[in-house]
Amino acid sequence: MPISILMPALSPTMTEGNLAKWHKKEGDTINSGDVLAEIETDKATMEVEAVDEGVLGKIVVKEGAEGVPVNAVIGLILADGEDAASLKDAAAAPAAVPSEAPAPASAVPTVPTIPAAPRSAAPAADPDYTGATVTMTLREALRDAIAEEMRADPRVFLMGEEVAQYQGAYKVSQGLLEEFGEKRIIDTPITEHGFTGLGVGAAMAGLRPIIEFMTFNFAMQAMDQLINSAAKTHYMSGGQMSTPIVFRGANGAASRVAAQHSQDFASWFASVPGLKVVAPYSGADAKGLLKSAIRDPNPIIFLENELLYGRSFEIPQDPDFTVPIGRARIARPGNDVTICAYSMMVGHALDAAETLAAEGIDAEVIDLRTLRPLDTETIVTSVKKTNRLVSVEEGWPYAGIGAELAAQMMEQAFDWLDAPVKRVCAVDVPMPYAANLEELALPKPADVVAAAKSVLYRN
Amino acid sequence: MASGRDTTVKGLQAKLGNLAESEYFTPPATKPAGPENDAEYAVKGLDSLADPAFHNAPLDITDWPHDRLRGFLHRMLTIRAVEERLGELVESGDVVCPVHLAIGQEAIPVAVSHHLTPADRVFGAHRSHGHYLALGGDIYQLFAEVLGRADGCSRGMGGSMHLFAPEVGFMGSVPIVAATVPVAVGAALAAKMDKGDAVAVSYFGDGAAEEGVVHESLNLASQMNLPVLFVCENNLYASHMDISQRQPSDSTARFAQANGIPHAVIDGNDVAGTARVAGEMITAARNGGGPSYLEAVTYRWRGHVGPDENTDVGIRRSTAEIAAWKRRDPVARLVAAMTSRGDMSGNEPGAMADAIRDHVDDCAARALEAPYPENSALMDLVYAGSPTPASGGR
Repeated sequence: MPISILMPALSPTMTEGNLAKWHKKEGDTINSGDVLAEIETDKATMEVEAVDEGVLGKIVVKEGAEGVPVNAVIGLILADGEDAASLKDAAAAPAAVPSEAPAPASAVPTVPTIPAAPRSAAPAADPDYTGATVTMTLREALRDAIAEEMRADPRVFLMGEEVAQYQGAYKVSQGLLEEFGEKRIIDTPITEHGFTGLGVGAAMAGLRPIIEFMTFNFAMQAMDQLINSAAKTHYMSGGQMSTPIVFRGANGAASRVAAQHSQDFASWFASVPGLKVVAPYSGADAKGLLKSAIRDPNPIIFLENELLYGRSFEIPQDPDFTVPIGRARIARPGNDVTICAYSMMVGHALDAAETLAAEGIDAEVIDLRTLRPLDTETIVTSVKKTNRLVSVEEGWPYAGIGAELAAQMMEQAFDWLDAPVKRVCAVDVPMPYAANLEELALPKPADVVAAAKSVLYRN
Repeated sequence: MASGRDTTVKGLQAKLGNLAESEYFTPPATKPAGPENDAEYAVKGLDSLADPAFHNAPLDITDWPHDRLRGFLHRMLTIRAVEERLGELVESGDVVCPVHLAIGQEAIPVAVSHHLTPADRVFGAHRSHGHYLALGGDIYQLFAEVLGRADGCSRGMGGSMHLFAPEVGFMGSVPIVAATVPVAVGAALAAKMDKGDAVAVSYFGDGAAEEGVVHESLNLASQMNLPVLFVCENNLYASHMDISQRQPSDSTARFAQANGIPHAVIDGNDVAGTARVAGEMITAARNGGGPSYLEAVTYRWRGHVGPDENTDVGIRRSTAEIAAWKRRDPVARLVAAMTSRGDMSGNEPGAMADAIRDHVDDCAARALEAPYPENSALMDLVYAGSPTPASGGR
């Protein structure tokens, strides 16, 4: 018996659509995966791919037909050995219920999947900063952010390994001991679990600690304090206690330090309600977001990148300049494909966008900047324009930021997607040491270019 | 941060002054813990403090005024009555969460809290009803919290293992063993930065002393000379394991010694003696003297969790051992001393206990009728800056 081709649903709520175009004609051989037709609604267009193989025996609904109900038979495929005579019965038969029917609306889970977020209204977009800027390195911008906030608020202090006399393993705290003294720039022993707990206690007691992890690799020793103490105290105390504290330091891949010193923990922290997670790329964002983080009444994971510390940017000098937590930034406007990235990978995304532009592809690059609370509004708005999304991260693919973005798009922008969301991630292995293997393990701009082309179905 | 302190053993003893000469600071007899009879490996043990056949006489209450002792007794009886009632609520099925009772250990928090004000910052652990109540935490709110009601001291968001009462200086208890120890040291850092005379107190058990972060915390507190009192309530058991199965010595004060922190090992079932030593240590902290470590030896009459006695665990816990330890009852020994001195007449302690039980029963009954949190509370409190639900009548 011939196999029915059914009018597909582009979303759970779609009831009918238009058959815009047939890519095959009667008598054509059909292989699994072939594009058979284009379907469109008022929201989106989608290609219908063949699942079964055979010969297109009959086109039941002609090209250009409007208001075709979901699950109506639009065509018939003849399997091996079947002839056109069998089509008469089949066309009259009722459409079979597809085995993978779209879920009815009532099956939408009632448990909220939207992450917990501060109740305050979404912060305003970036102020259009027009004040003075100075070219300086990102590490200097971070130092200035700390210094400005310490001048403004005597409760702020910096604590960590070698932050005072040695001025930081990456020299972020240069000059701070000299200005603020050892009472507020505090060297600790190598005791991450201990000094993280100290920071939490000081925050609970009313201070505004900035805790530096030499790198976030060592924060693993302090995970209990980060997750169980810092993130949860406000909730489990019924709102009576809070932990205004910033945990900052280098995160992500470094060079030639192998598996334990080269990894991106962004998605780990971003999965925890109670934490806010910030991962800036530009120097201005690093400064403005760190200032916002220090002023925030919640625990903030502030992820820096070792390879960006020495890069120079134009840095705003107005002490009132801040960047709101929870807002992404359009780093490069475009119309053809949306590329989301954070931290170091924003640079890769911008490089890729230049390559794509040379080939006539106009990519929009979004610097996520904050990973929790995620600015899904900016991403969805962009995807509604480009209909395609590529996520770039240095972390592992499994349960990563890209996985979350893909899920968010399924929930909030499914009807606007013209291609599946594509992830560019680190390879799913501990970081290898050898230079050639390390290069293979990390995302490169060329990977972003290839991913963008794949969601555009271009070679 | 140079402390400028003399942290030699001699210096510590000089600083502790009369403590070093008191019965509470008598160095316990040593026992070999390394290769037999090798003095180099000798580790101090608790000696008679771990033996219930000793230290069960009426307390020495010389120098303690009548009113103070009545206050101690009232608080201890309150803790015991609340915990006994909580045990009943577990047995009746009204309370279905893990409840860690400290019946038998009431003297320690009552003695320590005597020297504290709401400006001080106190942190507990999983067995902390007594820490909360000793500071004056509200009884009704404790029952409401354990029952998960909106009126609870943590608004029903924490339960027995997450008690908060910042209005009396109780900054929180958590059931991650040792997790509040560095947090308390951080609160002490804040106190030092604030330049006031506030102190922090960290209650933990002998089991927590096996967690690495305790050692990090002792090191930091000593190195930074912070005003924190470490109170190790050594009840000889961690969950269901006897301390001899876990450590080469049954005294944890050796960790304070290793970090140059003044310490005392005392009978934690003696409220008057514990209060005297704790007072000296807290006074020292208030005056810039840095951290101290108080190891108070005690015993819990009930099991690790829930109201039963756990007689089938460990290598020595038995009905006989529990009965022996009940002869070192911190409440009965205080009553005996007060009666003997004429502070109380024959039926006064019983009348006080009856009145306390009536009040506790009333609080429990009200808590059982209290409303649960609004469903909207589910998402409200994840971040600071979100609305805090109004708490109901207390």
